Amino acid sequence: MMKYANFPGCSANTTGKSFTISTNYVAKKIGCEFVDIPDWNCCGTSAAALTSPELAVALPARSLAIAEQKLPGLDVVAACAGCYKSLRTSLVYARKSAENLEQVRELIDMPYEATTDVISLLEAFSAPEAREAIAAKVVKKLRCLKVACYYGCAMVRPVEVCDFDDPEDPQSMDELMALIGAEPVDWAFKTECCGAAQQMAVPKEARPMIERIFQNAWANGADCIVTSCPLCMLNLDMREAEINKARIAAGKEPFDIPCYYFTELIGLAFGGQASELGIDIHFHPAEQLLQKRAQDAIELEKAEAAARAEEERRQAELAERIARKKAEKAAKEAAAAKEGADVGKEDAR
Amino acid sequence: MRAIDLSAITDEDLQACAAIAAEAGVDLKDCYQCGKCTAGCPLAESMDLMPREIIRFLQLGDLETVLTAKTPWICAQCDVCSTRCPQNVDICSTMRAVRLASKHAGKQPVREADIFDDAFIANVKSHGVSNEQYLAAAYNLKSGHLMQDAGNAIRMLKRKMVGVAVHNSQGRAEVAALVDRALAADAKRRADASGKGGEA
Ligand code: SF4
Ligand code: SF4
Repeated sequence: MMKYANFPGCSANTTGKSFTISTNYVAKKIGCEFVDIPDWNCCGTSAAALTSPELAVALPARSLAIAEQKLPGLDVVAACAGCYKSLRTSLVYARKSAENLEQVRELIDMPYEATTDVISLLEAFSAPEAREAIAAKVVKKLRCLKVACYYGCAMVRPVEVCDFDDPEDPQSMDELMALIGAEPVDWAFKTECCGAAQQMAVPKEARPMIERIFQNAWANGADCIVTSCPLCMLNLDMREAEINKARIAAGKEPFDIPCYYFTELIGLAFGGQASELGIDIHFHPAEQLLQKRAQDAIELEKAEAAARAEEERRQAELAERIARKKAEKAAKEAAAAKEGADVGKEDAR
Repeated sequence: MRAIDLSAITDEDLQACAAIAAEAGVDLKDCYQCGKCTAGCPLAESMDLMPREIIRFLQLGDLETVLTAKTPWICAQCDVCSTRCPQNVDICSTMRAVRLASKHAGKQPVREADIFDDAFIANVKSHGVSNEQYLAAAYNLKSGHLMQDAGNAIRMLKRKMVGVAVHNSQGRAEVAALVDRALAADAKRRADASGKGGEA
């Protein structure tokens, strides 16, 4: 049974709206249930860690303690990579020793055992049961769509905390994309940081990080970038226009790389419409590429069908030729045998 | 790396550097200055000191250089450095510890980064959740970058990603109390440490 306690995170109904919409769409289709943690609060993200270690531990622990009490037995799922990292960092700290746990209890002033596990949405949808259900619901494979799967940093690092995939070359998203027929490309910036909140705090210093991510995806033949974090999405999708403006001013070719949440593409493969999945409210136009690749896929399938028909025709022709040759050979042998017999008869005379 | 006058470094400086390393869970002796952390750092080009140099100055006890460096404030906390260090030095946590020490010493060499985090926590304290539009507005006001991302704010409004309504966690009073408790515990820990460590 796929049922989880959900930590929505602060962007769920705002900048990460499309992530929430598409996640719910996919979850419903595959029979996965998410129950929101009642009265959850902000995870604190890097701002808390850069303010106080105590605060960084306490903010996530409150929501985890509520989940433990109100939704016992359910793992907590966080869609946002930042939330996932903050929640897990707090959890790992509390589990490290009895003193740590006691300190956390005092900080949150609540009973807490640190028993509830925290996983990312990507991890939840990569579980065998979910993968089977996803494979079974695909009605329209996203063939021809070349995707650069972008995990960012918080999904895979630090390894002592976020440990469900490889920190340098993670595969879970690539596998999900292959499952729905898309073509994941090999590229070097899978786990490069998008700059996170630094894109707001120190924009001048941080902007080149985004440009390099687009550049590497582009250079490796990707049509688009697929992400599993609303902050990565915002930093890439919203700032692509600004980066392109600067590129044009510098005489460089602008990028045309839409970004998608992995859940949007899964929903699309389930037959969902762009508007049902939140793909219509992206900053960089995101619908055209999908239409184009869907058309390419139809053409490809036509070409494949024609190639299959041609191959069948060739095989049939070959079979016919072989049969003809066999028949000719048999007839010749029969004739030769008859002649031999006739000669024998004549000799006997 | 420039030459430094080691004779100007006091015992207190050395102790303070050791305390920063201890808070990050790092043994400074582990670093053999290979530079792998810097090679992978996505922000190195924008830093005044390389991540490797931060560790080097901590080893040498050059507290002032470390506390006034922009590097820890530009660092995005992405953990590439710590993941790749062949000696398991947690540079990312060291950056955080340096930044906190710099903040508490009143240095804050990159004002914007400090303002951003303070505005974020203030937002969480009053609503229990972070309201992105108000966070952006508060940050712009306090940092003086009034028009930063203004065009993007309009684009967000058009997409109904943000609105004027403020979201609140129902437990916001509890969250506010939690923030106060955590910050009090933080202050107490620091006071105890400075009591124990003399001047440091
Ligand atoms: S990678 Fe590790 S050992 Fe090498 S310079 Fe950086 S901190 Fe030192
Ligand atoms: S954590 Fe900071 S210092 Fe380390 S690689 Fe990332 S940005 Fe650079």
